[in-house]
Amino acid sequence: MTDISPRTEPGDWATDQEVRWCPGCGDYSILTAMRMLMPELEVDRENTVFISGIGCAARFPYYMNTYGMHGIHGRAPAIATGLAMARPDLDIWVIGGDGDMMSIGGNHLIHALRRNVNINILLFNNMIYGLTKGQFSPTSEVGKVTKSSPMGSLDAPFNPMSVALGAEAAFVARTHDMDRHHMMEMFRRAHAHKGASIVEVFQNCNVFNDGAWEGITKKQNRDGNLISLEQGQPIRFGADGEFGVVVDNGAAKVVSVADVGVEALLVHDERKADPSTAFMLSRLSRGPFEPTPIGVFRAVERIEYATSSTSQLAMAHDNQGSGDLASLLRSRGTWQV
Amino acid sequence: MTDTAPRELPLQELDEVIIRFAGDSGDGMQLTGDQFTSISAALGNDLATLPEFPAEIRAPQGTLAGVSAFQVRISDFAITTPGDAPTVLVAMNPAALKAQLHNVVQGGAIIINTDAFNERNLEKAGYESNPLDDGSLEGYRIYPVPMSQITRDAVAEHGVKPRDAERSKNFFALGLISWMYTRPVEPTMEFINTKFRGKELVIKANEAAFHAGYNFGETAELFESHYEIKPASLPSGEYTNVNGNTALAWGCVAAGQLARLPVFLGSYPITPASDILHDLSALKNFGVRTFQAEDEIAAAASAVGAAFGGALSFTTTSGPGVALKGESLGLAVSLELPLVVIDIQRGGPSTGLPTKPEQADLMMAMYGRHSESPMPIVAPKSPADCFDAAIEACRIALRYRTPVMLLSDGYLATSSEPWLLPDVDSLPDIGVDFHTGFNGTNEDGEGIFLPYLRDPETLARPWAIPGTPDLMHRIGGIEKEDGSGNISYDPENHQKMVNLRAAKIEAIDVPDVEVAGDVDATFCMLGWGSTWGAIDAAVERLQKNGKKVAHVHLTHLNPLPKNLGDVLSTFDKVICPEMNDGQLVNLVRAKYLLDVRPVNKMNGVPFTTAEIESAALQAMEAS
Ligand SMILES: Cc1ncc(C[n+]2csc(CCOP(=O)(O)OP(=O)(O)O)c2C)c(N)n1
Ligand code: SF4
Ligand SMILES: [Mg+2]
Repeated sequence: MTDISPRTEPGDWATDQEVRWCPGCGDYSILTAMRMLMPELEVDRENTVFISGIGCAARFPYYMNTYGMHGIHGRAPAIATGLAMARPDLDIWVIGGDGDMMSIGGNHLIHALRRNVNINILLFNNMIYGLTKGQFSPTSEVGKVTKSSPMGSLDAPFNPMSVALGAEAAFVARTHDMDRHHMMEMFRRAHAHKGASIVEVFQNCNVFNDGAWEGITKKQNRDGNLISLEQGQPIRFGADGEFGVVVDNGAAKVVSVADVGVEALLVHDERKADPSTAFMLSRLSRGPFEPTPIGVFRAVERIEYATSSTSQLAMAHDNQGSGDLASLLRSRGTWQV
Repeated sequence: MTDTAPRELPLQELDEVIIRFAGDSGDGMQLTGDQFTSISAALGNDLATLPEFPAEIRAPQGTLAGVSAFQVRISDFAITTPGDAPTVLVAMNPAALKAQLHNVVQGGAIIINTDAFNERNLEKAGYESNPLDDGSLEGYRIYPVPMSQITRDAVAEHGVKPRDAERSKNFFALGLISWMYTRPVEPTMEFINTKFRGKELVIKANEAAFHAGYNFGETAELFESHYEIKPASLPSGEYTNVNGNTALAWGCVAAGQLARLPVFLGSYPITPASDILHDLSALKNFGVRTFQAEDEIAAAASAVGAAFGGALSFTTTSGPGVALKGESLGLAVSLELPLVVIDIQRGGPSTGLPTKPEQADLMMAMYGRHSESPMPIVAPKSPADCFDAAIEACRIALRYRTPVMLLSDGYLATSSEPWLLPDVDSLPDIGVDFHTGFNGTNEDGEGIFLPYLRDPETLARPWAIPGTPDLMHRIGGIEKEDGSGNISYDPENHQKMVNLRAAKIEAIDVPDVEVAGDVDATFCMLGWGSTWGAIDAAVERLQKNGKKVAHVHLTHLNPLPKNLGDVLSTFDKVICPEMNDGQLVNLVRAKYLLDVRPVNKMNGVPFTTAEIESAALQAMEAS
């Protein structure tokens, strides 16, 4: 602790707009985590922008006293890419739900990740379409019964972490709405990372998919089913660290530490250039009923998109000089009449 | 090569010639046409060009689908079109002859590369007998020239392999035509040396081929005379030859400078718009940032994001892309941010005719978004006019904080004309100020920012960009309360906002239309976009034949000029030639209840002057 008080307080980041999520919605705790984190980041409100698509999650920008845009369904990563290119000086957060980001906007998400645009993407995954009142989403489990799938949905779900890793994402993390401290830590890391970062937040929609994550996020289930990834540490979990993760036959697998010994456990390395191990970890759990890793899966350095774009402009400027309109109009040859 | 001494041939003066170079897409016809255009421009002729590309990149060699053509019209008087029908056709192979013959005027000259008329090529072109000797070319002046053979002989001494030698035959053709129309040799030598710098053998071969063609004309006793076309009396000044897409790209850059804003382009490749993306991508030293997005949705959305950040934002595309951009444009209408959408219209629906022009996106530009989401529309009338149209679209976008649609087409995109270069210092200042301070107070008397508090004159809302202290605000697609911009589902507020958005666009300061031709005529032609050239030329012809005709041309299609209704109602008869099924006609009829008559054409080929002339005559005669 220093004796310099932060430039802002959490309250400074709240708008005068009434928050309109359903009482008990997981989005509230995410909002609180964000407002509490902001003063710590020592950034200015006017240089911070929240961009969202459409959905319950996407209402987020209205509640942050920063610049913000509530865009159109699925397109927030594309809107943010344009903004980040035009204004590399800004701190840009992109907020969306699992439908917004993985369904209608899936294409923009993967391209923003592969380009490594300097934006922090928060994916609020409630495994349901909240705003349109409860249809299955691309992260819902097969067989999900909803109004649009009365006999159970047929669609195999996406695993957002696997998708992100497959899309060359350089910063990939996961957290959940029941742990403010962990959320703040993941958001902080995402913010510190230069380039595209994606954080999946397990979020409870208590109206249309209540308790969907309970099997792993409820207090009594966390010890047995949440695996916190710590850089440089053997991957262990359980009340007494009695379980661990090993790589076996090309896949990550849960074992009892007593059976294999600590030395056999996989030591987590988020900085590995090769994403294969991170991908294995993303495949460890098939759903919110068995041990599931949270934390930073991957954090590697890659050249950031707008930075590259800026250096091309600088290089062109150095090589060709500052653009002169009159000479441009004459660049294809002229004649005099 | 013959060793006969050069003959003294008569030199005939012509006021114009329309030449069409046609060959296989690998034959270099575009390059040949371009170079002939440049030499003629330098000689002071007025000119207009019309390139024609096959839709496929590598259509099978020698087939009709693979024919690439370039039409250039040069004249000693001012012209506005590349001409209806070529008076001279250069046909490099049977397919080119077959595909182009119907275009040539009766009695026109056809210069044929006879070496390409072998059985295989004839068959590929679908000829059952050889047109060179079956009498089917009667009525034309035929000049058979063994171009391939002479080219091979001419370049052989430079050690070029016979197979490579053939590649130079387009320079043979260029040499021959340069001789026919007394064009100087030197500029083409310079061109060859610059274009093929570092490839000594290619330079030697092309030079030799060009000279062989030139000398052939002089010595071959095939031609009765050669021709001269004197310079046109154009307004004096410095000229360049420019096509529509390049003029648009330059207009975007100019607008950035005139507005003192960095230029951002979000785009996804599509014919015939890609060249604007290419041109702008090469202008990074102007601070232009181009973003090749994953699709047109992202292209438009990124442009909205960049506009929010304070850039002068563009997105370029053709019709299918505009369809994808629709939702983002609706967002831009709702956010009231400046953005220019450039649509290079092509034949449709769906993939349609990707390389051919149409003007059938007008209704989509007007109404192609859900709900009431009005967008201003600007349309250039000629290749060079694209430059001014881009600046005008930006002026409107910035002044009124609105997305603007610029409708060009595949014809303007690739055809070119001489452009009297503007003095860049005389271009309009289109800059606007970002908003930087509070514009309201709350109940406690503290300053606040109201992002939807409008300028009383323009109804534009303040443009405050991220990074501006104290003015943090949120905007979005949900209906906003007038003034505060806060979410509002209030019915009366929505009605008010719909009205305000409409009123803002309706009140845009577009200039009044002016009547060209005979102001006191009872008959008028109404047009927009690229039909301007053909209509203008038709008016001139009709006037020469003693008819009285007025011409009203629209650059602004939304809002329409304030005086348009009054102007049109002074005529007894108005026809409207359009490359669509009557879209402007419908707009004008609906708005003014005037019986404007459609003249429509949608075969992928621009109107000829003759077509418009005869449509006008017909309409004048009909009671
Ligand atoms: C183009 C378009 N299609 C459909 C919709 C309707 N829509 C709004 S939000 C939404 C899904 C929301 O689900 P999700 O992104 O998971 O967000 P959540 O509400 O669960 O936070 C849909 C289908 C829309 N607004 N726009
Ligand atoms: S519907 Fe679900 S996600 Fe949306 S606000 Fe209500 S609880 Fe939250
Ligand atoms: Mg959801």
